[in-house]
Amino acid sequence: MSNGNDVDAIKKATDEWQSRIVQGEKKVPPRPARFTTLSDMDVPLLSTPADLEADGFDYLRDLGFPGEFPYTRGVQRNMYRGKLWTMRQFAGFASAEETNQRFKLLLAHGQTGLSTAFDMPTLMGYDADSPHSVGEIGKCGVSVSSIEDMETLFNGIPLGEVTTSMTINGPAIVILCMYLAVAEKQGVPKEKVRGTLQNDILKEYIAQKEWLFPVIPAVELVIDTIQYCSEHYPNWNTVSISGYHIREAGATAVQELAFTIADGLAYVDGCLKRGMKIDDFAPRLSFFWDVHNDFFEEIAKFRASRRIWANLMRHRYHAQDPKSWMLRTHAQTAGVSLTAQQPYNNIVRVAVQALAAVLGGTNSLHTNSMDETLSLPTDESVMIALRTQQILAEETGITNVVDPLGGSYFIETLTNRVEREAMEYIHRIDELGGMVNAIERGFPQAEIANSAYHFQRQMESKDKVMVGVNKYQTIEPKRTIDTLYIDRAIEKRQIEKLADLKRRRNKDAHAASLLRVKNAAQMGQNLMEPIISAVKAYATLQEICDTLRGVFGEYRESGSF
Amino acid sequence: MMNLNIPTKQKIRVLVAKPGLDGHDRGAKVIARALRDAGFEVIYTGLHQTPEMVINAAVQEDVHVVGLSILSGAHNALVPEISDGLKTAGLTDVLFILGGIIPDEDMDFLKKAGVHMIFTPGTSLEEVVTYIRNNAPTRS
Repeated sequence: MSNGNDVDAIKKATDEWQSRIVQGEKKVPPRPARFTTLSDMDVPLLSTPADLEADGFDYLRDLGFPGEFPYTRGVQRNMYRGKLWTMRQFAGFASAEETNQRFKLLLAHGQTGLSTAFDMPTLMGYDADSPHSVGEIGKCGVSVSSIEDMETLFNGIPLGEVTTSMTINGPAIVILCMYLAVAEKQGVPKEKVRGTLQNDILKEYIAQKEWLFPVIPAVELVIDTIQYCSEHYPNWNTVSISGYHIREAGATAVQELAFTIADGLAYVDGCLKRGMKIDDFAPRLSFFWDVHNDFFEEIAKFRASRRIWANLMRHRYHAQDPKSWMLRTHAQTAGVSLTAQQPYNNIVRVAVQALAAVLGGTNSLHTNSMDETLSLPTDESVMIALRTQQILAEETGITNVVDPLGGSYFIETLTNRVEREAMEYIHRIDELGGMVNAIERGFPQAEIANSAYHFQRQMESKDKVMVGVNKYQTIEPKRTIDTLYIDRAIEKRQIEKLADLKRRRNKDAHAASLLRVKNAAQMGQNLMEPIISAVKAYATLQEICDTLRGVFGEYRESGSF
Repeated sequence: MMNLNIPTKQKIRVLVAKPGLDGHDRGAKVIARALRDAGFEVIYTGLHQTPEMVINAAVQEDVHVVGLSILSGAHNALVPEISDGLKTAGLTDVLFILGGIIPDEDMDFLKKAGVHMIFTPGTSLEEVVTYIRNNAPTRS
């Protein structure tokens, strides 16, 4: 009779096997001295039931079932059998006209949601005609200075039928008001307006660095949008709490997870402080993860994130609505993993990362284009990236089954470890007084800078490999792929359009609307309604942001490194 | 404000600058730290600097090297302005380098505008350190 499930017997057998390994390794020594994840966590050669036992693993408590608390195995009961993840390619470049054409191309090829990238001036709350905008118009995304640009951007796209994601943070409240006003003009009922505003200002101070105001008033603006939408736009995702940029700035997987969850907790605390009820807003909070090269580490991160959030929402905040417990997430393959060298290799990296996101149970996915390290992607490379998702979804069979790696001794122990280490960080941030205080003390910023430097050192010593960069380099005389070039003529056209708008608009209504924004900001009122009125009166993005800068001031970071 | 106490063997002073609205500072910070570890004196401007702010910092800090980091695509507008400004301000011998996402087709233009060296993604820290060590101006 076998006692094969007895943990003591397994431990004993494992020890014996270990000693046989040592014999074998005299002949074939391990390749590097250490085996680690991309984030530099040590990886065991083998995991067994004894490791799960050591973690105190409890199936029903730690995994349960898909669509049920604590959602480790996914937020839907039948996952991709019911609904595939949303294939959402981030797009935006040049002017609203060009981006509108790219949107229509993507929709025509089977993409199911839109995702808008804005240019740098827009992200910083500057109009196209600002001196700060010189050379930046339309380079990294689409330029939107007024509600007219927003109308052009979605011209011919029925906003009641698509879901739109908008990646903007500092001036997110203004962009959201423009979008809602355009949807209203199209006659879309409020409950049919669906989509996501990134609106995660805390990670801007931590990582992406596109901020306008000091931290505290900036968080209040986020709370304004959550409060207003929970009352008026029930199907709008008000914040996409984003780890992506934190990771891209150099964080480890654990830091990405921990700092992002801590950002989410800060928004929750802000809403509760305003007297909102947890179940009135938590169901519309969503997340956004990076999906990097280390396959299992990423899958563990996705699984751990759902369990952490569910437990925090249920036990720390006493949320009752299961929708408040669920961590729904978008994911994007890691931009930093792309290489300018041998750019076709990026197609392979993206495919493997996308596979990890799907096995991790993502709800929405952007796959990067192979040329994104060189410039904004061309139509052809965007299409390959979208097709990568379609191949995974419809050819590989991975969508037939929920959480197929669940129960793997290694994946479960790694999930536990990622959760444990992330919770340690979250407790440290709690001790610092929450994320707002932690940011003001520079804590997450310094942790990330240290990780980024450590990784670069590992690259230099070849402890970490990037194919084509520090290993298997080839002499490339000239790059052989076409890239997208943004003409500076766009800049001139945007400035002219804006000058024309400023001539045409009703000056009194415009001035009155900005005064209302100013008064509301000074009195600490919710700014959504005043800003909606202002965008309808053709106040520009920068005019509204400058009004708020006048009241709140501007954020400045010290040049420490 | 001239510094009259010139040491016999001067440390190489490097300004690492982030001009424009671009917030991608991972590279700039990693480079700044690596240059400091290599024994240079490093001044980092922080983010969102106008060309004028970069030029002023270079003058005030009396640097030997100005290194810009630009990943937003705005290099063709920002680089010539900074290059001209450095010359006008009298920093004619400064080593002027650029790092970031710079398409091949812009490189000639930027070199004509006064950039001595462009480092693109994948460059090792060692390459940058060695280049600066070999090419920074000596002032007596």
